[in-house]
Amino acid sequence: MTDKSPLTLEDLPNSYIGRTIPRPNIRRLAEGRGTFTDDLTLPRMAHVAFLRSPYAHAEIKSIDTAQAETSPGVIRIVAGEEMSRYCTPWVGVLTHLKGLKSAPQFALAVGRVRWQGEPVVAVVAQSRAQAEDAVALVEVDYEPLPPVVDMETALAPETPVLHPELGDNLAFERVVEAGDVDAAFAEADAVAEEVLHFGRHTGVTLEPRVLVGDYNAGAGKLTVYMSTQSPHMMKNIFATHTGIDEDDVRVISKDVGGSFGIKIHTYPDDMATVALSVMLKRPVKFVADRLESFVSDIHARDHRVKAKIAVKDGKITAIEMDDLTGIGPYSVYPRTSAVECNQVLNLVGGPYDFANYRAVGRVVLQNKNIMCQYRAVGHPVAFGVTEALVDSAARAAGMDPAALRRNSVIPDDSYPYTAASGIKFEALSHQESLEKILKLMDYEGLRADQAKLRQEGVYRGIGLAAMIEVTNPSPMFYGVGGAHISARDGVTIRLDPTGGVTCATGVTEQGQGTEAVIAQIAASAIGVPIEKVRVVTGDTETTPYGGGTWASRGAGIAGEAALQAGRALRANILEVAGAMLQAEPDRLDIRNAAVVDADTGSERMTLADLGKTVYFRGNELPDGVSPELVATRHYSPRQFPFAFTNGVQACWLEVDPDTGFVKLLDFWVVEDCGTVINPQLVDEQIRGGVVQGIGAALYEHCIYDEDGNMRNATMADYLVPMAAEMPDITIEHVETPTGESVLGAKGVGEAGTAGAPAAVFNAINDAIGALGGKITAIPATPELILKALGKV
Amino acid sequence: MKPAPFDYAKPSTLEEAFDLLEAHGEDARVVAGGQSLLATLNMRLSAPSILVDISGLEALRGISAGSNVLRIGALTTHTELIASEEAARAAPLLRKAAVHIAHPAIRNRGTFGGSLAHADPAAEYPACVVALDATLEISGRDGSRRVAAAEFFHGLYETDLKPGELLAAVEVPVLQDGFRSGFGEFARRAGDFAMSALAAHGRFDGDEVHDLRLVYAGVDIRPVRANRAEAVLAGKAITRELVAEARSRLAEDLNPTDDLQAGGATKLLLSGVLLERVLSDMAGAR
Repeated sequence: MTDKSPLTLEDLPNSYIGRTIPRPNIRRLAEGRGTFTDDLTLPRMAHVAFLRSPYAHAEIKSIDTAQAETSPGVIRIVAGEEMSRYCTPWVGVLTHLKGLKSAPQFALAVGRVRWQGEPVVAVVAQSRAQAEDAVALVEVDYEPLPPVVDMETALAPETPVLHPELGDNLAFERVVEAGDVDAAFAEADAVAEEVLHFGRHTGVTLEPRVLVGDYNAGAGKLTVYMSTQSPHMMKNIFATHTGIDEDDVRVISKDVGGSFGIKIHTYPDDMATVALSVMLKRPVKFVADRLESFVSDIHARDHRVKAKIAVKDGKITAIEMDDLTGIGPYSVYPRTSAVECNQVLNLVGGPYDFANYRAVGRVVLQNKNIMCQYRAVGHPVAFGVTEALVDSAARAAGMDPAALRRNSVIPDDSYPYTAASGIKFEALSHQESLEKILKLMDYEGLRADQAKLRQEGVYRGIGLAAMIEVTNPSPMFYGVGGAHISARDGVTIRLDPTGGVTCATGVTEQGQGTEAVIAQIAASAIGVPIEKVRVVTGDTETTPYGGGTWASRGAGIAGEAALQAGRALRANILEVAGAMLQAEPDRLDIRNAAVVDADTGSERMTLADLGKTVYFRGNELPDGVSPELVATRHYSPRQFPFAFTNGVQACWLEVDPDTGFVKLLDFWVVEDCGTVINPQLVDEQIRGGVVQGIGAALYEHCIYDEDGNMRNATMADYLVPMAAEMPDITIEHVETPTGESVLGAKGVGEAGTAGAPAAVFNAINDAIGALGGKITAIPATPELILKALGKV
Repeated sequence: MKPAPFDYAKPSTLEEAFDLLEAHGEDARVVAGGQSLLATLNMRLSAPSILVDISGLEALRGISAGSNVLRIGALTTHTELIASEEAARAAPLLRKAAVHIAHPAIRNRGTFGGSLAHADPAAEYPACVVALDATLEISGRDGSRRVAAAEFFHGLYETDLKPGELLAAVEVPVLQDGFRSGFGEFARRAGDFAMSALAAHGRFDGDEVHDLRLVYAGVDIRPVRANRAEAVLAGKAITRELVAEARSRLAEDLNPTDDLQAGGATKLLLSGVLLERVLSDMAGAR
């Protein structure tokens, strides 16, 4: 596996790249000795609970806190007007998303509430229980307004406008036109059309959102302990909206229990908590409980797509589509809620070689919980649409779906390649990946089994899904639009007189293994056993400035910075060693934490001895030697806006036509994420992502009623995928390293989620097609499948 | 997710428990395994002023089988019931049903009596005790009384228990020669609440079925007997055609309402599939 890696040149005793290494933090976490933000108790710490709107849309006529003020333990009760003096509102727009509009969003609702769950009143008390007791005593007089729930009618003239100052409910619109779409459809041998619905769902992190704001008035400094993916971004946001100098704000992210893109946004309750700490000059903690997570953590997806596809001479020639998505009442700050729709337009058709593409995307405002980026932003929708179209086109053209894909994927020898939507690919491996998965799953054998079982009344289906993934984002993603979100990330590596190595980095650990990957790369680059390496993440005051963890950027971006910093430190060490040992540095090497003769491998000096001399007995060093046992390097991709990855996923399942129940039998993934640094971590990222994608395909759904109330906001009613229903997931790799970095790693965190829904969707339709059934929406509940079969 | 403040008392005798329930009246709630109650407290859907924890009442524990009756103490956990060979011999339906209840962590704490007294319409045990024609033993200040399972479940979370009373035990007739039980359930995921579940119990004489009880859970506000479907099958040999006829009568027996997982029509259809599959299993189980 490492044969293709450019790192094989230094693949000597301490090469950990391409090897499964247990995560250094796993034992601590497995033994329950992690420290999550909620484990933190500070002196004088108070707790806040929020009264949230029970209405999707209403005027706030009056708020009466008199009785609540007298409740035991209450410290302070604050509503929207007062809060706005401590925390200014924000607007979630970016200049490169042209025309995107949204309204100022306040930490606590001012005047009007616009979704069920929007925070209205904050109650600070000595304990969380006391705060909740007092919340129950706050009286708010609401005058309900007609809610805008259905995105299909959000733009109708008779529909109320959520923010009168915006004029209408259209937040964003984008049109893409490439090639000659009309001609391609006119000349097509086969055309297929679909109208597809993707259910709204959410992230469900094991650890909910949690933060402690700690304003120290004496020092004029604000420290925020927060379960977040992006400490430096949050530092900027807290400073901007509380008025505290950004250099006086510190954000510390302790252990994080999952994030999935949930913990990267500006939430009104988080902002209120920080502002309350400033207001009260004491620490204030907020922990979202599970019920409020469902109505306050961002939701995602909720797209309706009308699309059609043209096939000529057995190959895809054109796609046309219209995407509509409802994002709740505000575009979320600072990444905006236009990005998912924007990604869908970019990514539809992504794996395929065709020139004619027309797409319209519209993003509308509505009175539901806010929607924004969640793992694999837009990808499950884009490949859900694309792969459903490909299967339909294959049926229309009388082709095997694998054959149509084989004919249509971008050939492996045609890179660099610019897709019809305008996105650019450096180098991908669709053909090799597709052939590999067809062999891995024994496609022909499964087709034979399927036909045989159908004679016995057993309905099994095969679903294929080719996909690409946006990883390693450049400044073109957010920074270019004005967001203070770093595309660069850095790693500082330090050698101590113990021989130990400490790496500090701006990317963060969410439980996915960032710290392990950084340690592996640093140990390999310097030449020390991994046990000698410590990794520090998640503190804006002790790590290099950086963007954090999102868009599958940790390994590809911070990993490259770690490699370069490790090489720089290695060079520094060898320079000092050369001076001390009177040898040419290039005749020396570092292996197993010792300086050795490069040719013979014989040990000349341990790094600990070198460090002790440098730090404690510098007088022994020759004149003119100025040892630097610290090195920092940063990295940001520049040649391509993103390092795209590619992969193929396949699902084998059985549908019970009497009940609509689906049994997942097997699942395969072939993934090309470039250089694989830690095979186990990569495979578990893919498996976790596939499971999350299966959740979208079969279970997860934020169900809203016509009044805009979420009806299933508990873990009993909102169904997440669970172990008993999951299939085995077999994974193989193709490795096409990115040439933009020496490391060659691309991201892999979202690939599973990106492709799995399409694979499951296609497999269901492959199974029930023989009975004349066809589903057009996910999650594919038993009832949905029964309806597709005409049984209910 | 913090409950409203409440007091807590753990009586060690039935008398103490009755004293507490009498003293606090409707402000008191009885807790055993707490697997339903504690969630409702944390969601503040319920705010009793005192919890009376009956888990220390030895009189409500234990499983014992006589020649005619299997007695199951109310505090028996789902896990204990699943593990009990006595219960499996005397009333195999209970183990068949109990494995559908939630997950091991919940089954370790949740109790047989708690499930019956809570009377969740989607719970498995209420349908089972009706199908088995069990008798519920209820203890009160003035002694005990006995209620047939079919009379115990009044409605949504409503039972025959009066204020101050405790469900002490359940007596299930020991399985007699020729009797067979079947259980089936559809839930979105393993361990979820039933969209429809069927507890079936009857006597087989060759291919003929007698004394059949078909009791559904998850389709109404309480367990429902499918009387018309039973009547189609009574005293006849189980054939595919006869079961189909019985299934066609289910629409008259059951009137499932829509819930978050499925509409009433889907639940009725699933109930029909259960009838076919459970009866097929029972008829084949010689």
